[in-house]
Amino acid sequence: MANEALPARPADNRGAPPSVFRRYGSQLGIIGVGFAMWLGFVIAAPAVFTNVDIYRAFAQTTPQFGIIALSLTFVVITGEIDLSFPSVMALGTAAFCLVTAYGGAPWWVGLVCGFATGALCGLVNGLLVAKLNIPSLVITIGTQFLYRGLELVLMNGTGVPLIADQYPQMHALLREDLFGVPVQTLWMVAILIALWVLLNRTRFGAHIFLVGDNQTSARLMGVDVVSVKIRAFVLVGVTAVFCGLLTSIYGYYFWPSTGDGSLLNTIASVFLGGTSVFGGTGSVIGTFVASYIIGAINAGVVSAGVNAFYTQLAFGLVIVISVVLQTIIDRRIRRQSVTGQ
Amino acid sequence: MAEPATPSAGEPPVIELRNASKTFGEVRALSGVDFLVNRGEIVGLLGDNGSGKSTLVKLVMGFYQPDAGGEIYFHGERIDNWSVARARSLGIETVYQERALCEKQPIWRNMFMGREPHTRWGLLDVKHMREESARLMSEHMGFTSAAVHPDNVVATMSGGEKQGVAITRALYFEAELVILDEPTMGLSLTETRKTLDFIRNIKKAGKSAIFIDHNIFNVYPVVDRLYVLDRGKVAGVYARSEITMDELIDRLYRVARTGSMG
Repeated sequence: MANEALPARPADNRGAPPSVFRRYGSQLGIIGVGFAMWLGFVIAAPAVFTNVDIYRAFAQTTPQFGIIALSLTFVVITGEIDLSFPSVMALGTAAFCLVTAYGGAPWWVGLVCGFATGALCGLVNGLLVAKLNIPSLVITIGTQFLYRGLELVLMNGTGVPLIADQYPQMHALLREDLFGVPVQTLWMVAILIALWVLLNRTRFGAHIFLVGDNQTSARLMGVDVVSVKIRAFVLVGVTAVFCGLLTSIYGYYFWPSTGDGSLLNTIASVFLGGTSVFGGTGSVIGTFVASYIIGAINAGVVSAGVNAFYTQLAFGLVIVISVVLQTIIDRRIRRQSVTGQ
Repeated sequence: MAEPATPSAGEPPVIELRNASKTFGEVRALSGVDFLVNRGEIVGLLGDNGSGKSTLVKLVMGFYQPDAGGEIYFHGERIDNWSVARARSLGIETVYQERALCEKQPIWRNMFMGREPHTRWGLLDVKHMREESARLMSEHMGFTSAAVHPDNVVATMSGGEKQGVAITRALYFEAELVILDEPTMGLSLTETRKTLDFIRNIKKAGKSAIFIDHNIFNVYPVVDRLYVLDRGKVAGVYARSEITMDELIDRLYRVARTGSMG
């Protein structure tokens, strides 16, 4: 090479693969923060937090928002956000109820209709964001009201009982234990594995990272940015309906307000899990662990005997701290990119 | 002006533009340009800002279509529906001025951006991507495998190293013609030298290149032929063997003053 005559560059540490801490530092750090909060609850309410029942409860309820958080991670890595999923949970479940309870169709037809509704909602979000370049933060607030309104009109504001006698298959699939483990958590583990493979071992997953990192570069190198984003939104739509059904079957009843209150938990899980709000980096495993930490905070604040209003405060803190940490890390990466050191 | 002898006489050029014009509203960016690149040839494009270099290159890479009357030939065959996708599928790769890298991603992911290999199960072949990146980096970019591990993110690389990734990537995918748009912009002397070596390697690999740069001192030593553009027209075409650097500089001044090579 031409630079043989030049003095060797000072030794740097790039010869080795980046250390575990460097690679997963942000995730480890943020999960550490969450873990410390959880320890606080153990100290504040030892009777509750040393009993296995509370963990069974986490295992049943956390997946009700955690599964959406897993797929929302994809959208956040592309640099976008979806705030409409609470309404999609309700609209998709409403479609299921309309087809089965009112239409008399078998349960699996209801499932297909529910998922199709979720996919359609995701498609609309994706088209508006990716094709028309509308900021996702704004447009998904709009579609959140749109989908909720549509659901309320369709259901006329009434709920539907979903008892085990009428929906035995749905209860077997979504409510009962399997090998002594709540089936909700088994679903969440299975979906985690599937989504991990999708994100880390498929071209679609690779393109999710590229689009979120630098959309222009991705486009110049032949990545179909519009299609990648649309598919990520569709994924959130479908999993939102799954969680809507999970929540409704768990409560034996479909409430028209299903999904209300899941927004904060879900988003907090994604950011606490170390997915960057700037896009380009993130992990579903981080989101998975963070979901359970968020679930613990939820129950922990109440069982620690603290006023439930404090949960809002806790989630707010989690979101603010994780996003601030991400910003600092992101800035460091950018500075590194300028100096090359 | 004489069309210089080509290195592969008799064979049709890799790419040829005939009577290519491009108008944007009222502005005529290019008018009636004839341009060709032969196999194994490095062609330099010189010209001031607004001379039409960038428009010409965007026609070649399929970003623009020529106005009616202009024709594009690839290996002697006329091509009508010219687009970026078409150009890439025929082996025309571009190293963009802004390098088109994703800085927060590991080097191996950037190396295979947009063309990720997969196993027969349809899953990404990450192992192959890592190993190939390490090999390409040591073979084409002069890194020993110990210098930079392909798992590091691109943000840890210097400007020249990043440019190396962008060029190596273009070469790896069997590109027949590599377009380099101001590849030395913002690079240090050492890095520029490295980049010019990469360009020489393109020729060694039997491939062709179009090299656009403001700096004649970078362009002259590596090219076989030079096009000088001025105000949307070809003001002169020279084989490097026909003209010394001093003569070329002299003519570039004349073009800048009079709009003609004289």
